[in-house]
Amino acid sequence: MNELKCEQCGHVNPYGTRLCQACGNPLDEKDKEAAVIDMRYEGVARRSQTYNKTFVDKIWNFFSSVKVGISIIVLTLIASALGTIFPQEMYIPKVVTAAQYYQEEYGVLGQIYYMLGFHNLYGSWWYLALVAALTTSIIIASIDRFFPLYKSLKHQRVKKNAAFMKRQRYVGKEEVDNEDAVLEKAKALLLKRRYRVREEEGNLLAEKGRFARWGPYVNHIGLVLFFTGAMLRFFPGMYIDDSVWVREGDTEVIPGTNGEYFIENEKFVMELYDEEDETFGKAIERAGGMVVQNFQTDAVLYKRKDDGTVGTDPELEKVKEDEIRVNHPLRFNNFRLYQSDYKLNELNTMTFSLRSRESGEDIGTMEIDLFDPESEYDLGDGYKVVVNSYFPNFEFNEDNEPSTKSSIPDNPAFIFQMITPEHPDEGEYSFVGIRRNEDVFGTNDYEMKFAGAEMKNVTGLTVRKDLTLPFIILGASIFMIGLIQGSYWSHRRIWLQRINGQVWVAAHTNKHWESLKKDLGVLSAETGLQAHENEALLLNKKGKN
Amino acid sequence: MGSINGSLLLVAFFMYLLATILFAVAVMGRKWRNKEGEVTGSRWGKIGFAAAIIGFLFSVGYFIARWIEAGHAPVSNMFEYTTFLGIALSFAFLILYAIYKTDVLGMFTMPVVMLIIAYASVFPTEVAPLIPALQSNWLKIHVTTTALGQGILSIGFAAGLIYLIRTLDFTKRSGKVFWLEFIMYSLISLVGFIVVRYLFKLLDYEAVFQYVDKEGQEGEMVYHLPALLGPHQGELLTSGAMEPLLNLPAWMRSDDANTVIWSLVMGLVLYFIIRLIGRKPIGGMLQPALKGINPDTIDEVSYRAIAIGFPVFTLGGLIFAMIWAQIAWTRFWGWDPKEVWALVTFLFYAAYLHLRLSRGWHGEPSAWLCVIGFAIIMFNLVFVNLVIAGLHSYA
Repeated sequence: MNELKCEQCGHVNPYGTRLCQACGNPLDEKDKEAAVIDMRYEGVARRSQTYNKTFVDKIWNFFSSVKVGISIIVLTLIASALGTIFPQEMYIPKVVTAAQYYQEEYGVLGQIYYMLGFHNLYGSWWYLALVAALTTSIIIASIDRFFPLYKSLKHQRVKKNAAFMKRQRYVGKEEVDNEDAVLEKAKALLLKRRYRVREEEGNLLAEKGRFARWGPYVNHIGLVLFFTGAMLRFFPGMYIDDSVWVREGDTEVIPGTNGEYFIENEKFVMELYDEEDETFGKAIERAGGMVVQNFQTDAVLYKRKDDGTVGTDPELEKVKEDEIRVNHPLRFNNFRLYQSDYKLNELNTMTFSLRSRESGEDIGTMEIDLFDPESEYDLGDGYKVVVNSYFPNFEFNEDNEPSTKSSIPDNPAFIFQMITPEHPDEGEYSFVGIRRNEDVFGTNDYEMKFAGAEMKNVTGLTVRKDLTLPFIILGASIFMIGLIQGSYWSHRRIWLQRINGQVWVAAHTNKHWESLKKDLGVLSAETGLQAHENEALLLNKKGKN
Repeated sequence: MGSINGSLLLVAFFMYLLATILFAVAVMGRKWRNKEGEVTGSRWGKIGFAAAIIGFLFSVGYFIARWIEAGHAPVSNMFEYTTFLGIALSFAFLILYAIYKTDVLGMFTMPVVMLIIAYASVFPTEVAPLIPALQSNWLKIHVTTTALGQGILSIGFAAGLIYLIRTLDFTKRSGKVFWLEFIMYSLISLVGFIVVRYLFKLLDYEAVFQYVDKEGQEGEMVYHLPALLGPHQGELLTSGAMEPLLNLPAWMRSDDANTVIWSLVMGLVLYFIIRLIGRKPIGGMLQPALKGINPDTIDEVSYRAIAIGFPVFTLGGLIFAMIWAQIAWTRFWGWDPKEVWALVTFLFYAAYLHLRLSRGWHGEPSAWLCVIGFAIIMFNLVFVNLVIAGLHSYA
């Protein structure tokens, strides 16, 4: 490709340059005819605007286009919004299948929603593809612009030619008696207004806030880091999302720690706000009287001491005690344990007594651990109760036979075999559950009498390890810095040039022209050097209206 | 809310009203002065600005008093959050006015502040205790920053609206005029909603219905507005109350739908009264008052507001939100509807900034985008909180 030699100053520019990098002379026919030159990216030669031959060029040009980038943003926006029409799969109750749920709750629309895969939209391949496209666009568009722009601003010359000056949005020329004195005054003034002023052959370039131009590139780097961090989650070992239920007094192994760490639930409490409270009373009454103040697990963290031989009880060493509350997870290594669920008053043990129906006399009592019932309980003197069947969560199944829904004792029921001196061999059968006590075969001489139960609270803890967090935090921080850098400062430049025995003023900023106008106003008032909105531009505007 | 914070908020409300009037005088008065040959800046605008500052100080007083009473930052339910959004909007106005000194911005922003505060007071105003998930310092950090960001972004809407009213041609019928009138109608409907609510609250109106919900259960529903739309298989229990014109199917929240219909109808009535008096589109009525405004300046005000508001919103609505979500909900991002709509807001303004900087969308297209952006913010506040609910439902 040919390089472009500026006909005004002789500087050799790379192919594709629109404004001479030395003097600003428009090189492109379009800019030569324009009332105001396009100052975007200083008219630098960008790869995407220069080459369009190979496949790589085409891909590069596609993703470097801001138009394409905006399209991807808008598509992502629409897709994200669609996912909120009905709840995502992760938020629906687990009792029925997803297909059933969407149909029953939302009818035909729900069915369509489910069929299109919108119930799991944010995990769909095409949503991830959108995010990947967005990331690609950010990377390519930034590289395409940043390097040429950086070079151009770094090497910009102070001296500009007339063609450049008169095609700026704000421009003016003034004949002054004492050019040196006026320019000296202008320089002092602009320095006072915190411009950096450079001089070349008696011409001035005052510049301010150039670093704001890098804001977008900095924030794009932050975004790319953020997305990279989010993707790292898919690598094994980077991310753990698990949970553990612990009964009061119990110690459970923490999943994801290779059996190394254990958590004990000393006590779980749920506290409610006082309904008589002076400040909150009315609001609590409106809420129906039950407003939770606190969920808390008094927890102890243990570490395994030995090498964990299978079959032996682990030897545990206490690491620390903590109160796990919502907004206050327990932390160790890279793990966090969060208070995320609970179950109050779960049945733990039940006590029964064997009673003679004839005399009403209790023969003896037995306490059954509902999580680990013994197979038989010897009450002495020839009395013995055998646990024939145990249904922790009793129901009649489809065949109308007694069975259990789960292994959690939410509705325990037993078939007991009562061996007594009167019935020493076969004994008598009794079916006992909550609010039921039936003989299995006819009339019994003995019965099992419910004598009490012990209940415990259970805490549900979420176990989380997320090694991607440092990337996420770094990415988000860099993004925020770049965003502020690019938003709260603007890049302003004022050129003061001696051309044909006059002093020319031109000004440019990448945004917030009103602030630049204030600077020009002060300059005009103090030195008499005025810059107005370009007349050719104003004529254009009037023509349009 | 008969206590001290309520009185402070009331004073603030009337100061904003005063500021509205003063700014309106400043804008409309310019014409008359021109005839007398006076072209210097308006004194009324400065007095209006002072009124806005005093209003803001009183609303800060409300905020502090309520904080002391509740023992936590008053940003924890719909009333408190919406009120705070109104305060944030007034603060954002003060910043932008300090930079650009445009009276017309006050004339449009101050009424919106009043509308938002009035809308807020429709929700239960009692001081409510914090549920465990909200007991965190991040409550005040996240919520106030987000509201401030939304407030500043809303100034972009006010300025965009001014730009459109200033530049559209209202003498001809066109799609643009229709949509601008639609925005005016939406704002008037909000007025209609507030008026209707207060009117029937004053009358102590109540109508109890027996109805059947979507699970087939019988229940009672209390209406505070006359029922245009009744509940599913509704049967009126209160004597003397109005019979509904139509009963809705079970899956719809009929009392909410009824309120929406009332607001829309009331808005329509108000809108047509205004049209009858003015005999032209509302935008066309306002346009002469805006003759003295430079469209380029007001375009820049709207862009400046978004350039200032976007980082603040991102920090509060996404970054702080993610930090807190990691602490309270075990993960920094979980696709909760409110999170998603914060992301949608972010993406929308990101698209706006790219369109403006790289594709040269200045002036009119930019102004329309500001309007849509505000619609998204309002959607997130009203619809996502009250209808989609999820983890962020407060009311």
